Amino acid sequence: MSNKVSIVLFSGTVDKLMAAAILATGAAAMGKDVSIFLTMWGVMAFRKGDWKTNIRISKDFEDQAPAMLRSMSEKKVPGWLENFKSAQEIGNVKIVACGMTMDLFELKLEDLEPVVTDVDGVASFWNQVEDGTALFL
Amino acid sequence: MPDLQNISITSESDARGSFCPGPLMELIRLVRAGAVGDVLAVLSKDDGSKRDIPTWVAKAGHEFLGMEPFENATRFIVRKAK
Repeated sequence: MSNKVSIVLFSGTVDKLMAAAILATGAAAMGKDVSIFLTMWGVMAFRKGDWKTNIRISKDFEDQAPAMLRSMSEKKVPGWLENFKSAQEIGNVKIVACGMTMDLFELKLEDLEPVVTDVDGVASFWNQVEDGTALFL
Repeated sequence: MPDLQNISITSESDARGSFCPGPLMELIRLVRAGAVGDVLAVLSKDDGSKRDIPTWVAKAGHEFLGMEPFENATRFIVRKAK
């Protein structure tokens, strides 16, 4: 069985960023090599400091956004970026940004949070997935 | 299962305010910081911990000594084996 988990993170909404971060943390805890490929809104959410003002949630549940964000703040649920940092602290979690999105929005690696360590192409990403699991969020 | 009452805990983390997978993260940090033979405990209110913690302990090759109810939470006790 492959010991690799890859996540394509297309969305930049807080609910999906949370889900991706928690899934990545659990996989890292269980000793899996985790690779996260940020593309489109996933890249935008990782722009330096963007997390401070990002209160977007999935369109189909937007009526729940105020309740979710209030509950997260009241219960002091760690933010998604903090969860990604913990994941990297305990295991092998690589976060890379899609080169095409970077070009599209004229971003450089240094414009992104330091948890993102590289810019990668889509073929190279799939090449490293090999026979592991790949998820799209 | 060993008698939990007679085990002396080297170090404990109170992760009752922490959410999945926070309590497991706390335990992993304690285990990493500890020495072989240390008995480490974490308090959790997260129901996922009851599955996550024993699964992680087995996978990581440590010894799960057990869990016990504590106030409004559960205490998980682990011996660092390597």
